[in-house]
Amino acid sequence: MELLSGADMLIRSLQDEGIEYIYGYPGGAALHIYDALFRQDKVKHILVRHEQAAVHMADGYARATGKPGTVLVTSGPGATNTITGIATAFMDSIPMVVLCGQVASTLIGEDAFQETDMMGVSRPVVKHNLSVRHPEEIPEIIRKAYYIAATGRPGPVVVDIPKDMTTPNERYEYAYPKKVKLRSYNPAIRGHAGQIKKAVDMLLAAKRPIIYAGGGVILGKASDQLTELVRMIGYPITNTIMGIGCYPASDKQHLGWLGMHGTYEANMAMHHSDLILCVGARFDDRVTNATEKFCPGARIIHIDIDPASISKTVDADVPIVGPVDAVLKEMLSLVKEAKEKPDADAIASWWKQIDEWRAFHGMRYETSPDVIKPQEVIEMLCRLTNGEAFVTSDVGQHQMFAAQYYKFDKPNRWINSGGLGTMGFGLPAAMGVKLTHPDDEVLCITGEGSIQMNIQELSTCKQYNLPVKIINLNNQALGMVKQWQDMNYESRHAESYMESLPDFIKLAEAYGHKGVRIEKKEDLETKLKEVLAMKDDLVFVDIYVDRFEHVYPMQVARGSMKDMWLSKTERV
Amino acid sequence: MRRIISVLLENEPGALSRVVGLFSQRNYNIETLTVAPTEDETLSRLTVTTSGSDKVIEQITKQLNKLIEVVKLVDLTEGAHIERELMLVKLKATGSQRAEIKRTVDIFRGQIVDVTSSVYTVQLAGDSEKLDGFIQAVGTSGVLEVVRSGVSGIARGEKVLSL
Ligand SMILES: Cc1ncc(C[n+]2csc(CCOP(=O)(O)OP(=O)(O)O)c2C)c(N)n1
Ligand SMILES: [Mg+2]
Repeated sequence: MELLSGADMLIRSLQDEGIEYIYGYPGGAALHIYDALFRQDKVKHILVRHEQAAVHMADGYARATGKPGTVLVTSGPGATNTITGIATAFMDSIPMVVLCGQVASTLIGEDAFQETDMMGVSRPVVKHNLSVRHPEEIPEIIRKAYYIAATGRPGPVVVDIPKDMTTPNERYEYAYPKKVKLRSYNPAIRGHAGQIKKAVDMLLAAKRPIIYAGGGVILGKASDQLTELVRMIGYPITNTIMGIGCYPASDKQHLGWLGMHGTYEANMAMHHSDLILCVGARFDDRVTNATEKFCPGARIIHIDIDPASISKTVDADVPIVGPVDAVLKEMLSLVKEAKEKPDADAIASWWKQIDEWRAFHGMRYETSPDVIKPQEVIEMLCRLTNGEAFVTSDVGQHQMFAAQYYKFDKPNRWINSGGLGTMGFGLPAAMGVKLTHPDDEVLCITGEGSIQMNIQELSTCKQYNLPVKIINLNNQALGMVKQWQDMNYESRHAESYMESLPDFIKLAEAYGHKGVRIEKKEDLETKLKEVLAMKDDLVFVDIYVDRFEHVYPMQVARGSMKDMWLSKTERV
Repeated sequence: MRRIISVLLENEPGALSRVVGLFSQRNYNIETLTVAPTEDETLSRLTVTTSGSDKVIEQITKQLNKLIEVVKLVDLTEGAHIERELMLVKLKATGSQRAEIKRTVDIFRGQIVDVTSSVYTVQLAGDSEKLDGFIQAVGTSGVLEVVRSGVSGIARGEKVLSL
């Protein structure tokens, strides 16, 4: 057996785990590890400009590829800077491993230089965290960390590594474990057959059914099974903002996404349904609106890998704990074999009703002869990229417009911070995607507020040549905050204006990139085409959009699914 | 409703803080908490008494089960079970009080485990209600100090919580 130092074992473990990239930032407690990284070339390290961005990069990578991302930072401030990123990944169940340096074990508890209790600080926002107590444990801990991060309901795992665990001249026998033994962690591998049968019976008997799919379908790599089942059975489907792409948006059975800013037809169909088949979603408050008024006539089947997601906010009539792909596959074969068929008349009249709702609103918005509407920018981008780009977003109105007007037919292409709503996510996430998808178009749709939260990463983009396109829907305001103030605070715009905005074009140029400003509506299409033709450049596209636009539909606070504002003046 | 949840936990540093953290993080309430290693030194047994609606209790058990270090758990209140708590009480005991306290201790099947000229220290085991009852019986005015262990519990009959 080979003898390796703790630091070398760590890097070897990453190699043996098949890790291609790690995103990070060095510092004292991590220097033995950085030295081990330097002496090999299998695992590539990407040096960010702020640790939060390293985590979002790993996150973007994970969401686009379905594989866990990896982060390496130093102790103290390096570790605490990752917290927002870790919390973001935790809320959206994104697999990742965050390796944190720590002061030497002999110093822990003494308030040593750059000591932070990262195990304690990270505990509420990780799936699990592990601390290295002996260098020999490193291979097993790394194996466990990736196993826990990527299986069951995925999530971030932190590994805390005191500096003396990586001392260069102390060597130990290295072997990477093939298997992990964890007696207390056994994620379900199939759903309960009886429950699945019951669900299929209910599904076939329903008169006003709807499928409500979530991010779990994408994480569980079950888009194909879902699409096949939905097409075969002919029912309407909606999905959460996290589930975008799990079913083709351009398909007629797709009603768009649901919830606070969901489509009129999706929210109406949910409210009036008699059966909801929920697949890998969690009845989040941004979806259900007031739970006591939620879908009064619906029985609920809920499939989820995480039992704690079932009946947490809304009670399920038929809970099914299991991986979505396996459960859907079983449902599919039961539907195929079933003697009963869906009630054709009932389903036809249900569709007739849904089509009326569709025609009633249809995601319309007012256009203007001279002002650029944010919605039309997104529609144009979707057209110009054939709906095939990877799109990351930040948080705010631009995020909702991007999700509403860019039509995704494939999973893993819409990448946003849905659960935590983290401004500053978009650019680093786009970088993580671009690194592994150099030939694909990667758009970061952002706002002038959000982009400034991780703008320093333009420097990382230069270093690693990451020609993403930054689409800044510049409304010169914290637009989403302003919208709420318009609607709930009589337009008192407390701190929601972005005064003294930088010249983004010059800023991009200062970092060595290109910048394009679009102010006139007649320039929009030509300039966007030019930008998309600049394949090898990062282009910061600063688009001056309508400053007064609101996002609609918008559910009325504390109402039911069907209570919505459809424009500034129309309430249903 | 009050529940007694018994948990087998990996006997590892940090495991307990995860359980306690979960309760505060998710706004669940803890009334008592006891924890100690078991005959299998790799495991600790933790007992927590809590209260909440059925929905909340269901979430508590599901969320606890999600913790990687939780090996197994049972809600003892779902079946017949035995519940015990240990209490040590220091009581003012002078003059005629001494005999009176002694009698009460006997009725509650407690023991006086330490004596000075003015103080009795009493040890009492039982379910939480019995311990409350004792304090009531002796009257709070004479109580100098109380320490309670929190509830431990075990199922009646053949049922065991083990690996
Ligand atoms: C880190 C963080 N801080 C604060 C918020 C609250 N917030 C939500 S949207 C928003 C405004 C975003 O402004 P901008 O990026 O310009 O987007 P716009 O809504 O104008 O499109 C704010 C402040 C948040 N989501 N994240
Ligand atoms: Mg803005």
